[in-house]
Amino acid sequence: MIPAIVVFLYLAVVLYIGIFAFRRAKGKEKAEDYFLASRSLGPFVFLFSLFGTNMTAFAILGSSGHAFSNGVVTFGLMASSSGLVIPLSIFFIGTRVWALGKKHGFMTPVQMFRDRWECGHIGTVIFVVQAVLLVPYIIIGIMGGGTTLNTISGGWVPFWFGGAIVAMVVMSYVFFGGMRGTAWVNTFQTVLFLTFGAVALVVIGVGMGGFSNAAQSMLSTPALAPLMTRERISPLYFFSYTFIPLSAIAFPHILIFCLTARKMNQFKKTVIFYPICIMAIWLPCVFLGVMANRVTDIPEIRAKQEARRVLATQGKTMTPEARDELRDKAAGDDIIMLLLKQYAPFWLAGLLGAGIMAAVMASDSQILALSTMFTEDVFAFYGGKRRFGEGVQIQTGRIFIVLITLFAYAVALRAPETIFELAIQYAFSGYAALSPLLVAALFWKGSTKWGALATTVWTAAAVVATAVFQHSVPAPAPGPPVLIWSLGGWEVLTRTPGGTAVFGFMPVVPMVIVSALLMITVSMLTRKPNQSTLVKYFPSQNQ
Amino acid sequence: MKRILLVIAVITLYVLHQDFWNWRTAYPLVFGFVPIGLFYQGCFSVAAALLMWLLVTFAWPGHLEREIGPTETEEEAPK
Repeated sequence: MIPAIVVFLYLAVVLYIGIFAFRRAKGKEKAEDYFLASRSLGPFVFLFSLFGTNMTAFAILGSSGHAFSNGVVTFGLMASSSGLVIPLSIFFIGTRVWALGKKHGFMTPVQMFRDRWECGHIGTVIFVVQAVLLVPYIIIGIMGGGTTLNTISGGWVPFWFGGAIVAMVVMSYVFFGGMRGTAWVNTFQTVLFLTFGAVALVVIGVGMGGFSNAAQSMLSTPALAPLMTRERISPLYFFSYTFIPLSAIAFPHILIFCLTARKMNQFKKTVIFYPICIMAIWLPCVFLGVMANRVTDIPEIRAKQEARRVLATQGKTMTPEARDELRDKAAGDDIIMLLLKQYAPFWLAGLLGAGIMAAVMASDSQILALSTMFTEDVFAFYGGKRRFGEGVQIQTGRIFIVLITLFAYAVALRAPETIFELAIQYAFSGYAALSPLLVAALFWKGSTKWGALATTVWTAAAVVATAVFQHSVPAPAPGPPVLIWSLGGWEVLTRTPGGTAVFGFMPVVPMVIVSALLMITVSMLTRKPNQSTLVKYFPSQNQ
Repeated sequence: MKRILLVIAVITLYVLHQDFWNWRTAYPLVFGFVPIGLFYQGCFSVAAALLMWLLVTFAWPGHLEREIGPTETEEEAPK
């Protein structure tokens, strides 16, 4: 009960910061101010809000859950590769998009694509694909909020009520505060999570009787020792994961955030400290997730381990439905919460729970990004702004925020969470496959709108095909993958316990490669944009 | 020359992410509890931050800002 009260207090603080604390002086509201905070964020807020925007419920709760089941490999798979690829993409792509946005007034990626490739409806196709891939994040954010409040209150706050509270709080500060409110809330949340992540590590470590004992004990238990190494993961799978962080810069909410910096210099600190911030959050989460396997005094964790053991020993003889049910039981997304409940004092569990809520509520920037995209790429592009004015455009954005939040909440109440977790996996691959659009637009004069269309259609088709394939072919029991299609002795397509493999790689690898090849070949066969457009985007190469 | 060295540094770090030599062992346990593979990947994150510092210091695309002209907006960030 006390932790839940602390979390509610935290939500009240967030609401205050988002709505009132950093409101701009009164005056005529401009779209650029509401959606991009007038491109005026300072270095501290820019670093922490950009980082916080990327740290979703999936990243925090999912990382410890993944580590609970898969071991220390989680950090190398998801965190350290992101610590290299994401700041590199911000350095090369984020800075250029910021400069173009400043120069030409772009507020969304699609606006830039339309201008760069002299297209209209192709931009709409890109908008639709981006929007469809973004919606599951918003839904899972609300689900995460409901689950967290439910767990932290010991069931006192029902899931539907917790989800409603989180949806209302997020919707309110995005509605009233726009980008400025969202950025300051994200900054506050990131600082909170960075602080309490370290505290959680120490408190749980002490509660478990020290990590040295736990580590030694794990290594001496044959069933758990592999979790301390990477022997259960193939090197090709590990390599494949380095393609996933390409998705970060292609996410509209990240790219739109890049437009909010006051000066380009503000990217410097972000680029340098990004790998350290990722390490500071992920290392404790991953380590605690792994060490949770040694905990013997939490019945829920023992039940998960038992489900994992049954799946490994009897999974092959079970029906796919029974296997899925056991997978759900063995999943460790609530591991951190369980550890906190067991080992942290009530008041601290509340503060740490608030830190976790901070990560869960990262859906705010996605809601705002969708609203910005809708009002700029659809409403304004198809004449709404010209006919009704900028004031109506902002109100349309606000109405969109309410509608998308209500829709996400309604879906969150009805649909099983696993569906959206899967959707997010597809979305990561999908956005990674869309990243060649940005590279081509910014670095290759020869790219064309038809190349962009081919890349976008391929991405959508590949995401749907992967989803249909994984739905039609049930995941096998833990162990070797099931071969679906081979050619000349090569294992082309296999179904693995965790997904799909193409030539041993995760689908994201062929998706990105084919996407880039389509951009190159189709662009070479089609007409380039006018010289005046090329001069606009590549001034130094045309002097 | 500076650019080539930075490109080589980026590629080298990307390759070093695949530390296959730590694949099947947890030993030595750093600080008595951190498996070597996890410690290596933590150090990799620090190396990535250093690489970013090198890029920012020696390859900063300052021309992009100069092409825009003065970049101060009408208002300062909230204090």
